[in-house]
Amino acid sequence: MEIFLQQIINGLVQGSVYALVALGYTMVYGILGLINFAHGEVVMIGAMLAISSLTALLGIGVPPLLALPLSAGFAMLGCMALGYGIERIAYRPLRHAPRLAPLITAIGVSIVLQNLAMMVWGREYHSFPQLIANSPHSIGGAIINDIQIIIFILALAIMAGLMLLVHRTRLGRAMRAVAENQHAAQLMGVDINRVISVTFMLGSALAAVAGMMVSANYGLAHYYMGFLLGLKAFTAAVLGGIGNLRGAMLGGLLLGLIESLGAGYIGDLSGGVFGSNYQDVFAFFVLIAVLVFRPSGLLGERIAERA
Amino acid sequence: MNNATPLLQLSSIGKQFGGLSALSDVSLHIRRGEIYGLIGPNGAGKTTLFNVITGLYQPSAGEFHFDGKSYQVCKPHVLAKAGIARTFQNIRLFANLTALENVMIGRHVRTRAGVLGALLRDRATRNEERAITERARELLRYAGIEKPAQTLAKHLSYGEQRRLEIARALATDPLLLALDEPAAGMNATETASLKTLLQTIRASGITVLLIEHDVKLIMGLCDRVAVLDYGRKIAEGVPEEVRKDPAVIAAYLGGGDD
Repeated sequence: MEIFLQQIINGLVQGSVYALVALGYTMVYGILGLINFAHGEVVMIGAMLAISSLTALLGIGVPPLLALPLSAGFAMLGCMALGYGIERIAYRPLRHAPRLAPLITAIGVSIVLQNLAMMVWGREYHSFPQLIANSPHSIGGAIINDIQIIIFILALAIMAGLMLLVHRTRLGRAMRAVAENQHAAQLMGVDINRVISVTFMLGSALAAVAGMMVSANYGLAHYYMGFLLGLKAFTAAVLGGIGNLRGAMLGGLLLGLIESLGAGYIGDLSGGVFGSNYQDVFAFFVLIAVLVFRPSGLLGERIAERA
Repeated sequence: MNNATPLLQLSSIGKQFGGLSALSDVSLHIRRGEIYGLIGPNGAGKTTLFNVITGLYQPSAGEFHFDGKSYQVCKPHVLAKAGIARTFQNIRLFANLTALENVMIGRHVRTRAGVLGALLRDRATRNEERAITERARELLRYAGIEKPAQTLAKHLSYGEQRRLEIARALATDPLLLALDEPAAGMNATETASLKTLLQTIRASGITVLLIEHDVKLIMGLCDRVAVLDYGRKIAEGVPEEVRKDPAVIAAYLGGGDD
């Protein structure tokens, strides 16, 4: 029972990070019908920027509680600029090209960013500075620490904020209108290029926060961390129904839980043949299962409705 | 802007798709405050001309003046800002937004709150949002569809969807309202009430451009009519003249059977 509770907690924390990244995939897909495979690298660069700026700020004696939001802001701004640049340089010229072209470009951008990050930050692991005591709390025998609590609550708050933005503001309305019908939205005076840029920037800001959360949780960041994380978040977006914001959140949390419970029990279930190092298998098993049995995802619409 | 200059002036507009010439040498002007009709057989280039006027297509040749200003290459959102609004032949509402939200989108061009406003929710943004909602409700009432305000557009009846499209176009505060076959698929009662709505709109000072297959509606409603055939303008004038024009009878009314 304690193992079960522990895995639920781990799953929810990890899942809330997946959800933030999945939102970035799903927002871009909803508006452009494009899968931005470079999104995972934006998460990685967010983590790197946060760690670098945090280390620098602490080095010149800025108090931790001030350094943290400052470096978060720095990472978010940096990633927003990056997201804007990626769309402007790599995707916008291909807006009317066959669908395969931007997809391959996305993979190219991903490789470029990975290599750039390797040149800037090297191949070694970077550790996230310890800022708070991070004391563990016990809930019914399971352990949850301060950082995990912060991650979970912050992720939920950001998601709630995003939903308000999309459903209650002029900008959000423009985003939904562009997602539904670009021609008609333009005729209402919506500048679709601007809306698309803003969408990339919002998604990238979420990615920066997610990158910071992952590196704070595990204490480490690495130039290659975005690849697997990006694929899993993409899986989460597909699981929830790509293009659907609520789906991305649900898919993220579910994927986190599936992975965590799977990793916790696979040893017992397989009689010790497989260990928790097979954790990653679950995400991709889920991806395959969704694509085979319910390609539109849990909350997704049928494709026909988008036509 | 003085009232003598036409609201819209097209000079020698041409539009080519590859080797196909969809419009050639079309010149026309629409005066302020009139209802101007555009008719012609299927494939005559009416919708192409319409798309040029609303910025969805860029003309391959010719000049475009609107409200006294010349426009070269114009994006739809620029023309929307300048005061041209349109509806579509096949209704293009935002199907998964409510009727009210559809009209609120129409206010986009006349409002300004951006990313910062959306994040900060300052007083100016909230006031603007309230004004947008009020104006949208007013327009729904004006178009006679205030009841289903919170219904998703895709669940409205056909006639309501047509009206919603007009309300959404009016929300952009247009000088010129361009309607692409608004009566298509409507029954006689719906058409009659559409006619009343269009007259009310014109009475409020908005110039109306109408493409329509329903010749009776065009003849009964328009101040002036232009006829397109094979991408060229073959006649223009008050409905009675155009109806008698031999070229029009040959091209459009089927060789004088009428």
